[in-house]
Amino acid sequence: MTQLSYRAAFSLIVKRDLMIAFRHRDDIINPLLFFIIVVSLFPLGIGPESTTLSRIAPGIIWVAALLSTLLSLDRLFKSDHADGSLEQMLLSPHPVFILVIAKIFAHWLLTGLPLILIAPLLAVLLHLHESSYGALMLTLLLGTPVLSLLGAIGVALTVGIKKGGVLLSLLVLPLYIPVLIFATSAIDTAAMNLPYNGQLAIIAAIFFGSLTLAPFAVSAALKVSTN
Amino acid sequence: MMWKWLHPYANPEISYHFAGKILPWCTRLAVTFLSVGLVWALLFAPADYQQGDTFRIFYLHVPAAMLSMGIYLGMAIAALSSLVWQLKLADASAAAMAPIGATFTFIALVTGAAWGKPMWGTWWIWDARLTSELILLFLYLGVIALHNAFEDKSLAGKAAGILALVGVINLPIIKYSVEWWNTLHQGATVSKLGKPAMTADMFWPFLICFLGFAFLVTALICIRFRTEVLNRNSMRPWVRELVAKEENTHAV
Repeated sequence: MTQLSYRAAFSLIVKRDLMIAFRHRDDIINPLLFFIIVVSLFPLGIGPESTTLSRIAPGIIWVAALLSTLLSLDRLFKSDHADGSLEQMLLSPHPVFILVIAKIFAHWLLTGLPLILIAPLLAVLLHLHESSYGALMLTLLLGTPVLSLLGAIGVALTVGIKKGGVLLSLLVLPLYIPVLIFATSAIDTAAMNLPYNGQLAIIAAIFFGSLTLAPFAVSAALKVSTN
Repeated sequence: MMWKWLHPYANPEISYHFAGKILPWCTRLAVTFLSVGLVWALLFAPADYQQGDTFRIFYLHVPAAMLSMGIYLGMAIAALSSLVWQLKLADASAAAMAPIGATFTFIALVTGAAWGKPMWGTWWIWDARLTSELILLFLYLGVIALHNAFEDKSLAGKAAGILALVGVINLPIIKYSVEWWNTLHQGATVSKLGKPAMTADMFWPFLICFLGFAFLVTALICIRFRTEVLNRNSMRPWVRELVAKEENTHAV
C-alpha cells in the first residue's frame, strides 16, 4: 500500500472540506450575513453620528467578527463527528496534526477570508477613520486565523456533547480576548496616525504561537471527544 | 527508586485516608494563623502613611490574588499529570481545585474593587491586571462548566484538563501585567524575593494571613478531593465498607 505524503493528505482534506462547504452554500453565507447584520445594528442602536461611530467602529467590527466566527465553528468537526468520518481520519496513518491544520485552514478560507473581504465595506458604513483601513485589514488578516485555531480547541472539546453551543462560547470567548484587545488597539493607534507595529507584532506572535501549539491541544481534545 | 514512596498514593483508598489525616491539621493551622494574622493585620499593624487604614484590605486582597493564581497552577499541574501519566486521582484533585480557585479569584476581584473605590475613585478600571484576573475567572468558570457537561467523569477530567492547560498562558500575563504595561494597579509589594518592599511590622502579619489562607485552601481542597474520590469510587468495596461502618456508628 502506498502512503500519501503529508502535503497530499493536507490538500486532500482541504479540498474535501471546501467541496462539502460549496455544496451547502448556506453554511458559508449565513455567518457572513450574521456579521453584516450585527454590524448594521450598532448605528441603529447608538445613533448615526459619524464621530461616535468612527470611534467605536474597530470594536464593533472585531466583536462582530468574533461572534460570527463562533457561530461558524460548529461546522469544523460536528458533521464529521456525526457521520463517523472524524474517527476514520483519526485512525488514518497520518499525524493528527496534519489533519487538524488542514481542517482549520479550510475553515479559515470559508469564514475568515470572506470576513476580511467584506470588512472594508462595513468600515465605510461605520465611518472608520481613513488612516485605519490598513490596520483593520492587517489585524483581520493576522487575527482571524487565530480565531479559527483557538476556536478549534473549543469545538474539539465540546464536539461529543449534545448541547455544546452555549458551552462552546463560554470556553472560546475568554481565549479570544487578547486578540480583540490588541487588534482594536492597533486600529485606534492607526486612527491617530501613530505607528502600530507593536500591536501588530504581538498579534503575529499570538498567531504563530497558536499555529504551532493549538493543533496539539485540538488533537488531544479530539481523542478525548471521540474516546 | 526515588518515586517509590509516591506510588501507594495512586491508590484511591490510601490517598482518601491520607487527605483525611492531613485535613484536621490544615484546619487547625488555618484557624490559628487566620485568627492571629487577621487580628494583628486589621487592628495592630501600622496604617499606611499614604493610604491610611484603607490599606488593611491588602491583607485579604493579596493572599486571595496570589492563591487564585497558585490554585490555577496547581490545577494545571494536576491536569498535565493526569493527561501524561493517566493518573485518575490527579483528575479528581483538579476537579476539586477548580471551584475553590474560582472563589478566590472572585474574592480577589471584589476586595480589589472595594480597595479601588477609595484609592482610585472607581470600582473598576479596564487595566491590564484587572482584565487578566477577570479572564482567569472566566477560565475557571469554563473549566467548571466543561467538567459538568460530560456524563462520564474520566472524559470530563481529560477535557477540562486540556482547557486548563490552554489557559495557563494567562498566568504569566497576570503576573507581569503590572511590569509590562503602565497600569493603575500598583506593582508587586511582597513577591520580590528576599527583600519585600514593606516594613517588617507590615510584612509579618501579611505572611501569617497568607499562610492562614493557604492552609484554608489546602483544607478545602482535601474536603472536596475526598468527596470526588468517593463519588468516583462509589461502587468499590472499600467505599461500601466505609459507608456500612458509618451507618453502624449512627445506628448505635
